[in-house]
Amino acid sequence: MERIALLSPVCSPHLQNYPLYIRSVPTENELKFHYTVHTSLDVVDEKISAMGKALVDQRELYLGLLYPTEDYKVYGYVTNSKVKFVMVVDSSNTALRDNEIRSMFRKLHNSYTDIMCNPFYNPGDCIHSRAFDNMVTSMMMQVC
Amino acid sequence: MRYGTPAEIHGAKCQIPHTALDKNSFKRADEGDKQQETKSPSMSPIGSPPASPSSYQRVPLSYGYSKSRSGHEQKHGASYESRHSAHQQDGSAVGNYGAKSAHGQLSRSLSAEKEPQDSSSNYSDDPWRITEEQRDYYLNQFKTLQPDLNSFISGTVAKNFFTKSKLPIPELSHIWELSDVDCDGALTLAEFCAAFHLIVARKNGYPLPDKLPETLLPDYLQTASLKPIHDSALFDSYSESLPVSQQTRDFNRTELETVCEDPTNSEPLILFDVMTSVIEPKTSVEEVSDKSALTQAANSDDKQALKISTTAKTIPKEFQHLAVKTVAHETNTLKARPRSRSYSSTSIEDAMKKGEEPPTPPPRPQKSHSRASSLDLNKIFQQNTQAVRSGWLPPPPALPPRPFVSQVPLVANTEPATQPKSSYVDFRVPEQTEQVSEIELHPQMNRVPPQTEESSPTKKEILLTQPPTKPIRRKFRPENQMLENQELSPTISVTSSLPAVKSHHPVQKQSSKQKRAIQTAIRKNKEANAVLARLNSELQQQLKEVHKERIALETQLEQLRPVTVL
Repeated sequence: MERIALLSPVCSPHLQNYPLYIRSVPTENELKFHYTVHTSLDVVDEKISAMGKALVDQRELYLGLLYPTEDYKVYGYVTNSKVKFVMVVDSSNTALRDNEIRSMFRKLHNSYTDIMCNPFYNPGDCIHSRAFDNMVTSMMMQVC
Repeated sequence: MRYGTPAEIHGAKCQIPHTALDKNSFKRADEGDKQQETKSPSMSPIGSPPASPSSYQRVPLSYGYSKSRSGHEQKHGASYESRHSAHQQDGSAVGNYGAKSAHGQLSRSLSAEKEPQDSSSNYSDDPWRITEEQRDYYLNQFKTLQPDLNSFISGTVAKNFFTKSKLPIPELSHIWELSDVDCDGALTLAEFCAAFHLIVARKNGYPLPDKLPETLLPDYLQTASLKPIHDSALFDSYSESLPVSQQTRDFNRTELETVCEDPTNSEPLILFDVMTSVIEPKTSVEEVSDKSALTQAANSDDKQALKISTTAKTIPKEFQHLAVKTVAHETNTLKARPRSRSYSSTSIEDAMKKGEEPPTPPPRPQKSHSRASSLDLNKIFQQNTQAVRSGWLPPPPALPPRPFVSQVPLVANTEPATQPKSSYVDFRVPEQTEQVSEIELHPQMNRVPPQTEESSPTKKEILLTQPPTKPIRRKFRPENQMLENQELSPTISVTSSLPAVKSHHPVQKQSSKQKRAIQTAIRKNKEANAVLARLNSELQQQLKEVHKERIALETQLEQLRPVTVL
């Protein structure tokens, strides 16, 4: 099981993180996933502020267990423009290594920059790019 | 000519191979399956190279000739809007050659519905292929944005430019995604051509592909523009651009793959060969005109030149293109084809509206437009084109209704009112008809005022004031009178109220005017008949309902009556 969420702060500095893109492979527990993502944002913000100068941290968030009952790991990634990538992975998927997570975030970031290159895309819009979807799908298929 | 026409078709139609993929494959599969025997004979007219399609293995080899390649490049590319189509086509073609109905079946199963387009759209008809005239047009557009052809068009500039096409932003965004291959936020000439072509195709109704068709790849476009026989270059581009999914599509081309050891490297080769092979069998399978075109194309080394020449001839007038294409492919193509062609020409011109002259600015819907088949429309357009040449192209369907609407109310106004008086008892019950007709009259009259200024108001007034009398007279003036009245009044009203709509322009020339007047009167009468028939049905329904109510009431009465009587 894996879920990927792309969140971006609104242009205003208020921490209104709203999702630009959310994707999950198994579609059950969507709500819980959304909740998880939003709760993890707090940790992400915490890390951002803690990092200070270091703006980009590829692997920003690693939760072994958010709750004892919740068996998943949440990974985070932040770009220079404060766009946050959150990935939720089942802990049962032990095959996923840190490097793989990093590479996945890198791919996400690259695809995101490609989207930004599109003049028809306004930063802050929800992402409806088919290419992006395909990339994410292929990535998730590799993991799941 | 086949190649020539397809190119033209591309230009005019911008058929989108995405769907054409399946269609092509489907068609080919059908063709292949059905005409496996004919394939070989059909192959012969294509020319010497494809002369021996007996074994598909031979086909690729035979297609290895550079001639066919150069000539087929664009076609191949076009046909392969995505390798999908190519593969499928190849598979089907190959299957045909190699009597591999399995592939055909595969392609058939894969292919979608649009058979008619398939029949008409072969490789050469690939809507994803850019014709020379289209390329020139794109080039000119590029120049307006960026004089330096080797430089880029920035994203903002391109965005403003493409926004003029009035496509929805998400689609434009997708088109950009497809065309900006290097994702640098700027468009090279090739990328711009691809994007423009996609926009034109989308305007013509073709769905956007998920992947950039091969013929729209920048590498392909650049190489194609150079008219090269850079097989290697093409192959490289093909191989590079080959998406992962292509390999999945290779199931159709398993045979081909067997021939080539390295699928990725050999794909381009195979593609090329297949393309040629596919194209040729397809072309052969197609109409005789196609065959002739093929032979011509196959014969000449400069197939592109042929195409260009053919396209060049027709460039000045896309209608000719359309006409040629329709002639060539009418049998195969559906009516949608000519429509799409006309749309494509119009889309190029109007859709973009970049303030430049489109390559061919003819009024599109005239000749090939399926809707313009009616006499009225033709007449209208002739009249319109006579009078209005400013490039204002009235939407075909809009014209006739207006005059008719203007006429109908007049007729309707006259009809119901005139009924009670005259002895010509129409289907209507006088009272009801009067009421209904008057009801209709009013709404119609409401419509009429904006349209008919002169005569209709007067008529309406008369009708309103003296509904039962004068209208009756009006209506039942004998047909001639009606005709005359209708001729004059509608013409006058129409001409006066609808200056733009010059459907009844010929008030000036008497003989032609009379003829037209008569025809218009006939039309009006037909419209009136239709309206009256509708009225009749409505009234009859009302009558039935009333009858039912009456029966119900009577039964109630009977139930009550015995009590009282007894």
